[in-house]
Amino acid sequence: MSKIVGIDLGTTNSLVAYMDGKEPKVIADREGRTLVPSVISVDERGWMVGERARQRLMTHPQSTVYSVKRLMGKGLSDVQEERKYFPVSLTEKQPGIIRVELGPYRLTPPELSALILKEVKHRAEEFLGTTVTQAVITVPAYFNDSQRQATKDAGRIAGLDVLRIVNEPTAACLAYGLQKKKQGVIAVYDLGGGTFDISILKVKEGIFEVLATNGNTHLGGDDIDQRLMELVLQEIRAEFGQDLREDIEEVQQIRLEVEKAKRQLSTEEVTEVVIPLKQGIVYRRSLKRGEFESRVKDLIELTIVPCRQAMEDAHLSLKDVDEVVLVGGATRMPLVRRLVQEFFQKAPHSELNPDEVVALGAAVQADILAGGIQNMLLLDVTPLSLGIETMGGVMSVLIPRNSTIPTNAKELFTTFVDGQRSVDIHVYQGERELVKDNRSLARFQLKDLDPLPAGMPRIEVGFTIDANGILHVGAKDLRSGREQSVEVKPSYGLSDDDVTRMIEESFKFAKSDMEARLLIEARNEAATILAHTERALRQAEQLIEREERRQIQERIKELQRSMEGNDHRLIRDRIEQLDKSTVHLAERLMDSTLQSGLKDKNLSELP
Amino acid sequence: MSDEKDSLARSLCWNCQSEVGGEYFCDHCIKIQPAPPDEDYFQRLGLPRHLTIDLQDLERRFHELSRKIHPDLFQRRTDKEKAISLQNSAILNTAYRTLRDPILRAEYLINLEEGAVKDISAKAPPDLLEEILELQEALETFKPLRKSSTEKGVELKKTLMAERDRLAARKGILEKELFGLFQEWDRFQDQRPVHADGPQERRRSLLGRMKDLLSARAYLRTVLEDLDEGLRDSL
Repeated sequence: MSKIVGIDLGTTNSLVAYMDGKEPKVIADREGRTLVPSVISVDERGWMVGERARQRLMTHPQSTVYSVKRLMGKGLSDVQEERKYFPVSLTEKQPGIIRVELGPYRLTPPELSALILKEVKHRAEEFLGTTVTQAVITVPAYFNDSQRQATKDAGRIAGLDVLRIVNEPTAACLAYGLQKKKQGVIAVYDLGGGTFDISILKVKEGIFEVLATNGNTHLGGDDIDQRLMELVLQEIRAEFGQDLREDIEEVQQIRLEVEKAKRQLSTEEVTEVVIPLKQGIVYRRSLKRGEFESRVKDLIELTIVPCRQAMEDAHLSLKDVDEVVLVGGATRMPLVRRLVQEFFQKAPHSELNPDEVVALGAAVQADILAGGIQNMLLLDVTPLSLGIETMGGVMSVLIPRNSTIPTNAKELFTTFVDGQRSVDIHVYQGERELVKDNRSLARFQLKDLDPLPAGMPRIEVGFTIDANGILHVGAKDLRSGREQSVEVKPSYGLSDDDVTRMIEESFKFAKSDMEARLLIEARNEAATILAHTERALRQAEQLIEREERRQIQERIKELQRSMEGNDHRLIRDRIEQLDKSTVHLAERLMDSTLQSGLKDKNLSELP
Repeated sequence: MSDEKDSLARSLCWNCQSEVGGEYFCDHCIKIQPAPPDEDYFQRLGLPRHLTIDLQDLERRFHELSRKIHPDLFQRRTDKEKAISLQNSAILNTAYRTLRDPILRAEYLINLEEGAVKDISAKAPPDLLEEILELQEALETFKPLRKSSTEKGVELKKTLMAERDRLAARKGILEKELFGLFQEWDRFQDQRPVHADGPQERRRSLLGRMKDLLSARAYLRTVLEDLDEGLRDSL
């Protein structure tokens, strides 16, 4: 049986986990890193994802993109706030579908997320030694239907069968329930890179029942960085008279530096922010934790309103809460812990690594679906009320927020005009009275109605929200008992045809993707060998003959030349040649430094 | 599950064609069965049509059924079984949500008893009508003043707060009366012979009184919400 993996597709970092027997484990790369930065970069040789892409944020800001999750399931007008985070340009040719301009490419957020998913999929396959085709992917609990659908699309484009979309705080709770045997009423406070969620769960005899959830999909660590960045930009202007706001490279550098400072202030009382700028100018200032906290406190306080609302919706008072669990990197901030403790009147827990706990929970849910774990069951809720537009633009709620999913509602529709052949149903999500203040999800058109006098047709439309929190609509003509055809026009995001086409494209590119990956790996390895060899040559100055040195340098040049090209086989071949030519050098180096008889080792194997 | 299901029409298992009648699974081939279209929420949870419900027992039933029919358990089954599990699970969750809340439960029961009457519309209790109209006027006058600390604003706020408390108390009384009727309804249900309607007169009167109380309560609730909204973030 192939493994179903659990994937945390995060704003800042992504992770993949699997069930190792009875315990979920996060999969690390060869260097032992578990986090894959959710960063994508492109150059003429192809795509880079993760750490390598992250390193290009400063050097190639225009062909590198991050925090793509903030764009998922949105239209251009929704992301005006976000645009200041993105040095890359965004367009919207088809309404409701954003495209990110990266080098020669124009990709949608699901396609970009698919690149991240492919990266973690590959990581899992390499580690598990088997192909991975099925996954559970997590999303913020407060994600709406379009955002969930976009995530599912990303999975499909990446060649993954997404068995379930799970809410991040709920996943975290599953991990805590399995590993720490937590029971009772649990509040999960999840502050990530770009989103905030609060979920209140009741855990009883293996049933994880979400009572209420709330949140803010525009609030996270990114916003804190943004706040600090604005401060630094303003101080640079005051001190050096330079306005760097439009200088993408400098802005990126500042962003990375303030983010580092933020993280340091979680453990240190004070940190030094030093940013070397162009023209030899250096911005320097010390930042105390107290000042930092007073500058961002209002942002963290924004999380309290959703907490209060969730408690109210759960019909609980604060004393009913047994445990408070912290999830997401931003909860490492002492200020967050303090405010959470103040609100819930209880010290929060974070025994499990807040960066990893969501992926671990996704792996637990994957195992439940695979039939492994049998005594645990998750009953989640839909975060937003679902309704339709009625007379006067009023929202008529069909499914209230915090309804346990799956859930359904039925509504009767008829015609207003004699002979009318179709009826439009406009579906929204949100809590406001008027549809214009809520989020349009889709238009459903009942088509090919029998031509009848007005008011005669009786069409029963069933709205079902599945266990992923995604809406399905079906209709039945009550007169004939026939299924009624429904055409779906999503307000945001890709149509089914778009996704199918992207999957096909992705298959087409799968081979060249593989070649590109092999090339990148060969180049990385070559770079390591070159560094080792050059160091050895410096150290072994006197130990080898001039002729031998000349030969090695010749091989080095050949390897370097091969790295310019795109043939990973040639690079591998040259690496081998260079390795062979340095066996003697390695021996001499060993003999001279350790006086030992380590033979037949090549340079990269030396300590 | 219980004799509450006896009234449901018999049908055939979609898989093996054996006779089934409202069971969750076919006795013969153990495949999950779609919920019968005429089954109500009380039947789905194996309960009599009562208005007072032991919430712990209800939760226990809900959890027990969820452990049998949730889509998570059908992940590796056929598409048909998956689809049935999804629909059944959706019905179960909606049933639980409805029966868990005493007001939704009563509204649902009245609709069941009286046929397809849609929502119970909010109606002002006649004796409060005038008072509430005045109150709404006062609230409109107060709204533009709520951020200011004029004498008139402060005075109005005091009046509105007092009115709010009075109406909340009235809502409490209504609810108490309503819960009294719930118990009366349950006793009436227990008394009437199984499979036969009790005295129609008494049944209609009970349902009617409950409906009036629910309308009045819904109305008061809206007024209270408006008041809270208006008084929120005022000085």
